[in-house]
Amino acid sequence: MTTVATVSEETDSPYALSHLDALESEAVHIFREVAGEFERPVILFSGGKDSIVMLHLALKAFRPASVPFSLLHVDTGHNFPEVLDYRDRTVEKHGLRLHVASVQDYIDRGVLKERPDGTRNPLQTLPLTEKIQAEKFDAVFGGGRRDEEKARAKERVFSLRDEFSQWDPRRQRPELWNLYNGRHAPGEHVRVFPLSNWTELDVWQYIAREGIELPQIYYAHEREVFSRSGMWLTAGEWGGPKDGERVEKRLVRYRTVGDMSCTGAVDSDADTIEKVIVEIAASRLTERGATRADDKMSEAAMEDRKREGYF
Amino acid sequence: MSTITTEELAETTLLRFATAGSVDDGKSTLVGRLLHDSKSVLTDQLEAVERVSASRGQEAPDLALLTDGLRAEREQGITIDVAYRYFATPRRRFILADTPGHVQYTRNMVTGASTAELTVILVDARNGVVEQTRRHAAIAALLRVPHAVLAVNKMDLVGYEEKVFAAIAEEFTAYATELGVPEVTAIPISALVGDNVVEPSANMDWYGGPTVLEHLETVPVAHDLSHCHARLPVQYVIRPQGPDHPDYRGYAGQIAAGSFHVGESVTVLPSGRASKISGIDLLGEPVDVAWTTQSVTLLLEDDIDISRGDLIVPSKDAPATTQDIEATVCHVADAPLTVGHRVLLKHGTRTVKAIVKDIPSRLTLDDLSLHPHPGQLVANDIGRVKIRTAEPLPVDSYADSRRTGSFILIDPNDGQTLTAGMVGESFAAPEPVRDDSEDDGWDF
Repeated sequence: MTTVATVSEETDSPYALSHLDALESEAVHIFREVAGEFERPVILFSGGKDSIVMLHLALKAFRPASVPFSLLHVDTGHNFPEVLDYRDRTVEKHGLRLHVASVQDYIDRGVLKERPDGTRNPLQTLPLTEKIQAEKFDAVFGGGRRDEEKARAKERVFSLRDEFSQWDPRRQRPELWNLYNGRHAPGEHVRVFPLSNWTELDVWQYIAREGIELPQIYYAHEREVFSRSGMWLTAGEWGGPKDGERVEKRLVRYRTVGDMSCTGAVDSDADTIEKVIVEIAASRLTERGATRADDKMSEAAMEDRKREGYF
Repeated sequence: MSTITTEELAETTLLRFATAGSVDDGKSTLVGRLLHDSKSVLTDQLEAVERVSASRGQEAPDLALLTDGLRAEREQGITIDVAYRYFATPRRRFILADTPGHVQYTRNMVTGASTAELTVILVDARNGVVEQTRRHAAIAALLRVPHAVLAVNKMDLVGYEEKVFAAIAEEFTAYATELGVPEVTAIPISALVGDNVVEPSANMDWYGGPTVLEHLETVPVAHDLSHCHARLPVQYVIRPQGPDHPDYRGYAGQIAAGSFHVGESVTVLPSGRASKISGIDLLGEPVDVAWTTQSVTLLLEDDIDISRGDLIVPSKDAPATTQDIEATVCHVADAPLTVGHRVLLKHGTRTVKAIVKDIPSRLTLDDLSLHPHPGQLVANDIGRVKIRTAEPLPVDSYADSRRTGSFILIDPNDGQTLTAGMVGESFAAPEPVRDDSEDDGWDF
C-alpha cells in the first residue's frame, strides 16, 4: 500500500543508554558544569528523597575526590526527627559542611510571624534567600523536578534569580543543547535543578538500583495520625490535633518529606523499596496532590511562591 | 486501575522529542491525548482541569489546560514558552519538549529541537502543507533532528479519506527529503477523537502503519558510533587531595560524540599536546571503553596541562582549530544581533570572547531563500554569521556533531543568551542568494 509509512525494524543500538543511565549522566554533567563555572555553590538538602538522590549523584560525579559543595538545610522547626537524624548522619559520614537557615530563629526574633494554620512552608522563603545572600552562594542546587507541578514544567535547568531571589518565568533564558548559561551579576544567583528531567518513578527506581538509604518514614510503618483536609497528619507541637480531630494508629508512609504541619502520609503497606515502586507506578495521584496541603491553596500557588524565591 | 508488574518497570530507553504545530492544528489536543491515553495524567491533575473547565463554562475538560502551566498563560489562553512533559510506557520513557505555536515560535522550536531526536509536525488535513509546515520542516532539518513524524490531524473532518492523506504525505516527504531530513513517517490521525494516536483507528482501515505512540516507542535511538568523531569536552579536573589518591588527576566530562577506549592515543585541543588514555572511570568504576553520552573521567599516561574548556580527541581524528567560525544561527534574544557586536561564545565547556564580523545573509524559512546583508538579526531570525573568536576553538561541523558543532552567544553585559549557533553549512544544497530589497521582515 502506497500510504503506509516506513516502519523501522531496527532495535536500539547496544550503545543506547538506559533511561536511568541517561538521566544520571545528564545530572552528573550538570553538577560538573556548576563546579567548573561557579565560586560558591551549595546543595539544598532537606533529607527528602530528591535531595538525597542529588547528593548521591554529586558524590558519584567527583569520585574519588570529595564533593566540592556544602549543604544548606532550611529548618522549619517542624521536621520529622527521623529526617534530622538522617541529615546529621549523612553530613558526618561524607565530611560535608552544613549550613542551616532556621525559621524558628526568625519567629523568635519577631521577623516572621507564625501563621494561624501553623504551616511553616511559606515561611521558608525569607530565611533561605537571606542565607543565600549572607553566604554569597552563587549557585543553589534544588531537587525540583519538572513533573511535579505545571509551573515547574516551565523551569530551566539553570534558572537565574535576581538579587531578591525572584523568578520571572517570562524572562528565562532559552536553554539550547546542553550548553547551560551560568552568567550572573554579583548578588544574583542561579538555581540549578539536576533532576529536572526525572519523574517520581525514576527517582524511586534509581534509589532501588543504587541501594540508597532513606529515612524510614518513606516506608510503611505504624504511626499515630489524625485526619485533616483528607490527609493523615502526625501530631506535633505545631498545632495538631485540634478539638474534634481524633488520633488513631495506622499503617502509613510518606511520599514527600517536608514541614510536618502540611505534609501528609498515605495509607500503605509498602515496607520495601520494591513495594514502594509498584505502589507509585499504580498510583493515580501525583505526590504533591496526595500529600501537600500548601499546593492546594490556589491554582498558581507554586508559581507564586517560586516567583518570591521559593525553591 | 491496571496492575503493574515489576518486569514492566525495568530500565528502558529514553526518547526526547519535540512537537511543532501552529495554534489551530490541534497540538495541545494531541499532547493532551498522548498524556491522557497513555495514562500519564493522574486523577488529581485531571480533576483540576475539570474544575477549571467547568468554572469557565466549558462542557468538556480542556486538555490544553494540562500543558499551560503559568498564570499568564491560563489568563490569556496562550502558551508562552517551551515546557517539558514526561510520560512512560512499558517500552520507553519520553521527554516531550512542548513548543508553543505562537509568535515567538522559531526560537522556541529551535530550543525544543536542539535536544530532540524526533519532531512531530502537525498539519490540518483540511489545509495540507502550508507555509508554517515548511517552516517546521526547515527548522527540523536545520537542527538535524534525526527523525520526523508528519501527523496529518483532523482526518475526521475530511471523511478519513486515504487520498487526502496520501497527497499531503507525498508533498511533505518530498519537501523534507530535499531539505535533508533523513527519515519521515507520516501518520493520519484525529487527536480529538483519538484515531491513531495511542489506539489504532477503526475509521482508517486503509492505513497499515503504526500509531503515533507505537512509532515513538519503536523508533531507534540513534547512536551510530562508527561514523562519529570521538570528543570529550573537559568540564572539571578531579584531583583528590587526600592520602588515598595522591597522584590521581582525572579529566571529567560528558562524552559528546563517539567512544574512547583505554590505550588510545589522544590529543588535547587547543594546545595540541598528545598522550594515551591510561584509564577511564565511569562515575567511580573503572571501564575499558566509554561512549556518548556517558559522563566519565579520563586518566592520561602523561602529566600534561589540561583544564576546563579543553577538548580531548583521538589523535588520528582531531578537528582543526580556528578563530574564524561560519555558522547558521537562530537569534533568540529580544535585542538584535548586529555586525561588530562583542559577545561571549560558549562551545562545549569553553567560553571565549568573540566579535560578530559579518552577517552575510538572513534565511526566509518559507521558501528557504537567502536575503543578503540584512545588517542585523532580530528575535526569531535565522541567518548566516561570521564570527572571530579571541582564542582558537576546535569546532566540528554541526552536520557531523550536534554537540561539538553547536554553540551559544552570550551578552557579556547582562549574561543573556543571545543566539544559538550551528557551525558549517545549514542545508545540503543551499538556495542561490536572491537580491531582494522589498523584504518587509517576516514575523511569526
